Amino acid sequence: MDLINSFRDKDKILALSQIIKQRSKKPLNIMEICGGHTHSIMKFGLPQLVGENINFIHGPGCPVCIMPRSRIDEAIAIASIDGVIFCTLADMLRVPGSKGSLAMLRADGADIRALYSPLDTITIAKENPDKKVVFFAIGFETTTPMSAVVVKQAVELNLQNLFIHMNHVTVPAPVRAIMSDKDVKIDAFLGPSHVSVITGSKIYEELANEFKTPIAVSGFEPLDLMDSILNLVNQHENGTHKVYNEYARVVSKDGNLKAKELIDRYFQPCDFEWRGLGVIKDSGLRLRDEFSYLDAKKYFNVEVGESKESKACICGEILRGKAKPYDCKVFGKVCNPQNPIGSCMVSGEGACAAYYKYSKRG
Amino acid sequence: MKKILLAHGGGGQEMNELINGLIFRIFDNEILAQGNDSAILNLSGKIAFSTDSFVVSPTKFPGGDIGKIAVCGTINDLAMVGAKPRYISCALIIEEGLGIDELKEILNSMKSTADEAGASIVCGDTKVVSKGSCDKIFINTSGIGEIIKESRVENLKSGAKILLSGDVGRHGAVILANRNELNLDLQSDCKPLNNVVEALLNASIAPLAMRDATRGGLSAVLNEWAKACGRDIKISEESIAVSDEVMGICEILGFEPYELANEGTFVLAIDPKDEIKALEILREFDSSANTIGEILDSNKGNVIIQNSYGASRFMEPPKGELLPRIC
Repeated sequence: MDLINSFRDKDKILALSQIIKQRSKKPLNIMEICGGHTHSIMKFGLPQLVGENINFIHGPGCPVCIMPRSRIDEAIAIASIDGVIFCTLADMLRVPGSKGSLAMLRADGADIRALYSPLDTITIAKENPDKKVVFFAIGFETTTPMSAVVVKQAVELNLQNLFIHMNHVTVPAPVRAIMSDKDVKIDAFLGPSHVSVITGSKIYEELANEFKTPIAVSGFEPLDLMDSILNLVNQHENGTHKVYNEYARVVSKDGNLKAKELIDRYFQPCDFEWRGLGVIKDSGLRLRDEFSYLDAKKYFNVEVGESKESKACICGEILRGKAKPYDCKVFGKVCNPQNPIGSCMVSGEGACAAYYKYSKRG
Repeated sequence: MKKILLAHGGGGQEMNELINGLIFRIFDNEILAQGNDSAILNLSGKIAFSTDSFVVSPTKFPGGDIGKIAVCGTINDLAMVGAKPRYISCALIIEEGLGIDELKEILNSMKSTADEAGASIVCGDTKVVSKGSCDKIFINTSGIGEIIKESRVENLKSGAKILLSGDVGRHGAVILANRNELNLDLQSDCKPLNNVVEALLNASIAPLAMRDATRGGLSAVLNEWAKACGRDIKISEESIAVSDEVMGICEILGFEPYELANEGTFVLAIDPKDEIKALEILREFDSSANTIGEILDSNKGNVIIQNSYGASRFMEPPKGELLPRIC
């Protein structure tokens, strides 16, 4: 099976477009939890295909966007220490902290490395026994198992120079926080793709029941999304609130049990401060006590003081689904991908970056 | 194994042996052999002059190496303004410790690419820097070509058809795959373009403008053109050839094939009356060549890409480093 072109089939997409438009009678606000979905929706121009009743709202599902500035400041403080090799994933390099970004610090000579795989930290630590290697672990359930494998290997190899800065978060907690906000009007969710491969679709059942809101776990391709949207339209019109697993080719009900075991073995829930959402109980993960000697925050004990977000930026409102990128006064002007003011403009999975890239002029 | 030592850049006997015993022997031609401080050239009429530096890592990849790219890059820049490439310079910055055999391979690659394009490497410079000061080898090439029929960005006008000489993203995808040890059955598109350009010009087709879609890919070229002529450019996504391998790596890492580099694919804007004939000639060199869009009357300077199901979006120019997606 062609895993790309089969899911971009013109005739099927146009047929679904017609059916969605016909069946969609009531206004429907769909929040796509995952930034990858926002990216796909904008890239494939889906708002143009689903009719005027459907409104897409970007959710808190981009690991870069939801990172509070205080954690970037901590990363910068640790990466500035002599003898530290600071390892991070992708876009985190460009997120502005209170005094610049990791990319700017790298240009000043700090040893900061952007990795493709978290496991590269093991090789780097082995090759640099005289340095302290720090892995800035970020992401939702998708990337957490890889960080758990890094911890597993560091423990098994008894590496004395590898530390983890934990910033892993989980999906259900912010969804609950958003739905508990009375000002937020969301009628349906597109459940994340890669996260659900690990968690399984079952974790959304409680949310769907609690808030009487249908959830469709969807793939990233346009046909995946159109099929999921049709399901949500049907449920919205019929008044049902079930979990629909459109992405069944890779998402099972129970998820990846081995990955979940690994996460539980090395990490445990903790409170986490989300950018724009505040502190959410048990929404993050930290190292279990027996592995806390690997915790970079404890080992380096850096104090960064108070970290303030930019006043002009409304990323917080966007992440809560209360505003669209276009509503921000600095969007596309002072704040653009080359000079991001807020983290939603940094990551390719961020709402502002996706809107800017594909339709910045509306 | 013989290696480059700092002494090879010291100006003494070792350097002399490297230049005369290896570089001159490989690049061999009458002008170079004269050994003057400057190459003395025979040119007439209007000339084009271009320079570029090459720092690609890894230095060797499926479909080419840094030497081939260094010559193709300059030859293609000359070809894009309608010039026939004639003379090329070669400045090498070599890291101490590079194997002499590896250097020899790079130089041979430069020589055979220049031969393919009908150009000669007639002057150069060699510097050796200490270990860690550069990544194996950096190459700068400059080139001079005789203008056959000038093509300039200023000629771009509404109604012009936009043609693409082949599929996109292969060079960028090959480099990404090699850096990440991904095994792909994919070769870089790296090749000299002067022959296809000369075939167009010989058939009395005068492109309004041409540009090779190197760093920044197709997206960068189209956006530069849209800004330069102050018109919108509309592109049909279906008409752009992208190999399955390139599409696959883009989907895995979260890139756009239109933003990945090419080293042997170019974009040309052409008067609509020349479209069919130009396409025929382009397809003699690459069967995936196609008309991909046109310059519109509207004047916002945007590039609009329309997909097969009728939805449109902007094709933004690439920005910053190419970083893989997180999730």
